[in-house]
Amino acid sequence: MTERAVSLLAPIALLLLWEAVSLGGLLDQRFFPAPTSILNAFYYLLFKAPRDQSLPYHVQISLGRAIIGFILGAAPAVLLGVIMGLAPIVRAAIQPLIGAIFPIPKVAILPLIMLVFGIGEQSKWAIIAIGVFFQVLISTAAGVANIDKIYLDVGRNFKASRLATFWHIALPGALPLIFAGLRLGWGIALLLLVTAEMVSTDGGIGFLIWKAWQTLAVEDMYVGLVTIAFLGIVSFWLLDAVEAWLLPWKKNT
Amino acid sequence: MPADLAPASAAPAAGATAPQILMEGLGKTFGGFQAIRDVDLRVERGQFCCIVGPSGCGKTTLLRIVAGLETHTSGRLALAHYDKEKPLNSMVFQEQSIFPWMTLEDNVRFGLRMRGRSRAQMAEVVDYYIDKVGLSAFRRSYPHQLSGGMKQRVSIARAFANDPEILLMDEPFAALDEQNKALLQEELLKIWEESRKTVLFITHSIDEAIVLSDRALVMTAAPGTLKCDVPVTIPRPRNVYELKSAPAYGQLSTQLWRELRDEVLKAKENKEGTPS
Repeated sequence: MTERAVSLLAPIALLLLWEAVSLGGLLDQRFFPAPTSILNAFYYLLFKAPRDQSLPYHVQISLGRAIIGFILGAAPAVLLGVIMGLAPIVRAAIQPLIGAIFPIPKVAILPLIMLVFGIGEQSKWAIIAIGVFFQVLISTAAGVANIDKIYLDVGRNFKASRLATFWHIALPGALPLIFAGLRLGWGIALLLLVTAEMVSTDGGIGFLIWKAWQTLAVEDMYVGLVTIAFLGIVSFWLLDAVEAWLLPWKKNT
Repeated sequence: MPADLAPASAAPAAGATAPQILMEGLGKTFGGFQAIRDVDLRVERGQFCCIVGPSGCGKTTLLRIVAGLETHTSGRLALAHYDKEKPLNSMVFQEQSIFPWMTLEDNVRFGLRMRGRSRAQMAEVVDYYIDKVGLSAFRRSYPHQLSGGMKQRVSIARAFANDPEILLMDEPFAALDEQNKALLQEELLKIWEESRKTVLFITHSIDEAIVLSDRALVMTAAPGTLKCDVPVTIPRPRNVYELKSAPAYGQLSTQLWRELRDEVLKAKENKEGTPS
C-alpha cells in the first residue's frame, strides 16, 4: 500500500520540484520551461491553434503513417516467417539475406528510401514497413521453428493438410513470439516515424518537435515529447489487450 | 530364440483373415545407430497388445514406424485397413501433446475436423468421449488449466473420437502418479471394451501390461527386438484393483520380470559403457 502511494506521489513531487526550481530561476527556462507553461502550450495546441497546426492534426497524421507502415511491414513478415519456419529450404534461402540486411540501422537507408519513393507519404510508409518487417519476420520464423515438434507429429498423425497445419498448429503455436515481434516492431515504427518526420514533411509529431527546435518554441517541443510518450504507452496497452484477447490460452492470463 | 516369437494363440476377431499389423524382420537404423532389428510381430484385429521393454530399447521408435512418423530401414510392415471410412491409426503420445491453444473440446475434435466432418457430426462424438473421460465440466477450459492426468484423458479422448482402426499408445500414463495411473487404466479399459479396437500399447511397466493387454511382448535392450510373447488370459471385464490379487497375475508378473530383468541390466550396461 505504501509502495503504491510512493510510486504515485514521486512523479508528482518531481514535477512540483521542477516547477519550483524553474520559477525560482535555478533551471534555465529557455531549455527547461516550467511544467505549467508546457501545460499552457498543450492547451493552446489542443484547442486554440489553427487546424493545420494543432496537436490533433499532427497526431492524426503521425498515427496514420505509423499504422499504415506497420501493417505493410508486419503482414507479409508474419506470412513469410511462418513459411520460413515450416520449410527449411525457404529458410536456408532467406536467412543469409536477413543476416546481411538486418544489422543495418534502418535510419541509414532513409536517404535511399527518399530517393526511391520521394519525400511524400510513401517514403514514411516504406521506412517504417522495412523496419517492422525484419523484426517481425525474425520473431515469427523463430516462433514457428521453436514449436514443440510433438505438435507437428500430432498434426501428421491426424492427417492435417498443409493449410490446416499452418492455420491450426504453426500460426497459433508461434503467436506468442509473433506478438513479441509485433511489440518490438511497433517500437521501431514509432522511432522511424519520428525520425522520418524530422527530415522532410510538414506535419506529424516529429515535425512538431523539429519545428519547435527551429523556432526555439521549447514548450511545443515538450508537448511533442509528452505526446509521443503517451502514444507509445497507450499503444502498448492496446497491444497487450489484443494479445490477451487473441491468446486466452497463455498461462499468465 | 525365433521359436519364442510364434504369434500368441489368442485371435479374438474370428473371420478376419489378414492380421491388422504384420511386421517381418523390421529394422531401423538412425545414421550408424541401430535402434531396432528383426522385429517379427503379428497382431490380430481387436487385440490389445502391450510391448514392455527397458528404457531406450527402441519401443517408441517401433510405435512411430507403425504410426507413419518414422520409416523403417529394413524388413516389411503391413497394416490392414479394413474400413476405409475410418482412419487407420491414431496415437496417444507419452508427453503432453494436446494443443495449448485449443480448448479441451477443440482438442478432442481435432481429428474429426481434419477429416472434414460437419459440426453436427462432430458434436455427438466429441460430447460422448469428453463425458467418458469425465471432463464435461472443463470442455471450454484450456490445457494450462488442467492437471497432468486430465491432459492425458483429453489425449485419449482425442484418439478415440477419431475412431481409428488401430490405437497406438506410447507410455501414455508414464508421467502420472500411481493413483491417477490406476484410474486412467480403468477408464481406458472401459472405453476400449466398447469398441475393441486393435491396440499397440508401449510401456515399461510389467504391471500395466498385465492389467491391460491380451498379450504382452518383451523387448530386448537396444538394438531392440522382441524376445518373448506371453498371452494374458485374465478374463474381461477386468477390475484393475482386484486383478492384482489373482494367482495368474503373480505368475505372469514373475514370468515377465524374469525375461525383462536381463534386458534392463543390459540396457544399463549399454548406457554406462557408451557415453553419448
